[in-house]
Amino acid sequence: MAITSVKNLKEFSTNNDRLEGAHTLCPGCAHSMIVRELMNCTDDNLVISSNTGCLEVSTAVYPFTSWDTSWIHIGFENAATAVTGAEVMHKVRKKKGTLPDNDAPVKFVAFGGDGSTYDIGFQWLSGAMERGHDFTYICLDNENYANTGGQRSSATPIGATTSTAQAGTHSYGKKEKKKDIVAIMAAHGAPYVAQLAPNKWKSMAKGFQKALETEGPCFINTVSPCTTEWRFDPKDTIHITDLATESLMFPIYEIIDGHELNILYRPKNIIKVDDYLGAQGRYKHLFKPENRHVIDLIQSDIDKYWTMLQRREEARI
Amino acid sequence: MSVEAQDLKLLANDNRGQSGLENGSGLVGWEEVTQGSVLQSFDGNATGIALKKQEERAYSGYNSYTATVASWRIIKPVYNRDVCIDCQNCWVWCPDTSIISRDKQMLGIDYDHCKGCGVCVEVCPTNPKSLLMYGENTPMEDALSAWPEKKKKEK
Ligand SMILES: Cc1ncc(C[n+]2csc(CCOP(=O)(O)OP(=O)(O)O)c2C)c(N)n1
Ligand code: SF4
Ligand code: SF4
Ligand code: SF4
Ligand SMILES: [Mg+2]
Repeated sequence: MAITSVKNLKEFSTNNDRLEGAHTLCPGCAHSMIVRELMNCTDDNLVISSNTGCLEVSTAVYPFTSWDTSWIHIGFENAATAVTGAEVMHKVRKKKGTLPDNDAPVKFVAFGGDGSTYDIGFQWLSGAMERGHDFTYICLDNENYANTGGQRSSATPIGATTSTAQAGTHSYGKKEKKKDIVAIMAAHGAPYVAQLAPNKWKSMAKGFQKALETEGPCFINTVSPCTTEWRFDPKDTIHITDLATESLMFPIYEIIDGHELNILYRPKNIIKVDDYLGAQGRYKHLFKPENRHVIDLIQSDIDKYWTMLQRREEARI
Repeated sequence: MSVEAQDLKLLANDNRGQSGLENGSGLVGWEEVTQGSVLQSFDGNATGIALKKQEERAYSGYNSYTATVASWRIIKPVYNRDVCIDCQNCWVWCPDTSIISRDKQMLGIDYDHCKGCGVCVEVCPTNPKSLLMYGENTPMEDALSAWPEKKKKEK
């Protein structure tokens, strides 16, 4: 596979972008940072599919496409289905020798938002993982149904206000905790599963490359801060991602073959989750005295999860 | 870099940003599009596009590269080559593919695709910064001539 150098940013920057500008994602949206990085970490041909969501509608504004690759625009739930169908077709045609260039390396990638990944496309994704196709599924996790106005998803953390789980005099926002999609995907026995973040560009590029190189179904959850629904200034996307990884609200780690866990980033000074929550409008109400217990709960869950990750890593099983 | 160099089309022979999003080339109403029609994103053979730089590619009028979102901007980043260390932070984190870098060098901003989010300014590590936000209508020379001095570290 023609992976590109990610030794340092200067070398990485010599890659030729394959996601073009004049898409219509909000200024400062992290979705395109993540997608650009995926496309820049290889020179191979790419066949990409996208579930409906912000990325999909914003990169295919009729009559334009922002994709310099084969790209399949599909329903809310079937990016995994569509791209694994293409993968099978490619395999068969390769065997028969009926491809225009039988030796050209091709990688198959699906992008889905959290709404489509954690909820609506969940069984389609699970099926594709179980069938063992050679593809990589990347979830752009902005913790809400952003494209339709910010409804809660099963990726929305407890305490966030969303248009369907609103904070007010009688509610502190969403009552349920976030689903642990990384653990669920690892439980499929997938050869490579990871959680990555765009502020840590190098571990993200390396993780993407690992997933592309690994034969079989790989899954990556990426943190994708959403300036509109998380309510922060567009210029602060990377700063917010820093707070997410420094507070361990989003730990960065990988799981190989469903069991071997490696932590990919260890903050030198772990910050309190207050700093992360306080930087976003969607958590503003939690700082009222009567909601303090929710912040305390989030913090104690983070602490427990971090302990669990470290123990799992030490166990080397 | 001189003001002229920043203003000119950084990439030669190029059809970048020609059309507004609402008037793409060959645009017909959706009800006139017949089944099976194909809108190619490149003219001719697109093989090996990953190995070609933007200025070497034959973008068709259906590639959003040829469209512009410049009208979205109310503030714009201005680039000062004198302070830049070519670290490429701005390149890796620009969400709109609007930092033009070639051969490990930052060349300037693609004002047809930049939406003025300000991310590049935030991630620029130099002191003073090599990128700063100004009002969309501020002339480049005014911005560059009043560039701030190096800031002392606050204690
Ligand atoms: C079956 C179906 N239900 C609902 C919709 C409407 N819809 C389009 S995008 C979207 C939200 C997408 O949320 P997510 O997957 O998290 O992506 P994001 O926009 O947040 O990136 C919804 C509900 C749809 N297209 N199809
Ligand atoms: S709503 Fe959020 S995810 Fe959607 S384009 Fe805007 S910033 Fe990106
Ligand atoms: S302001 Fe935003 S869109 Fe414009 S060049 Fe900087 S990072 Fe890119
Ligand atoms: S981030 Fe600043 S110093 Fe680094 S390449 Fe961009 S302009 Fe130059
Ligand atoms: Mg979402």
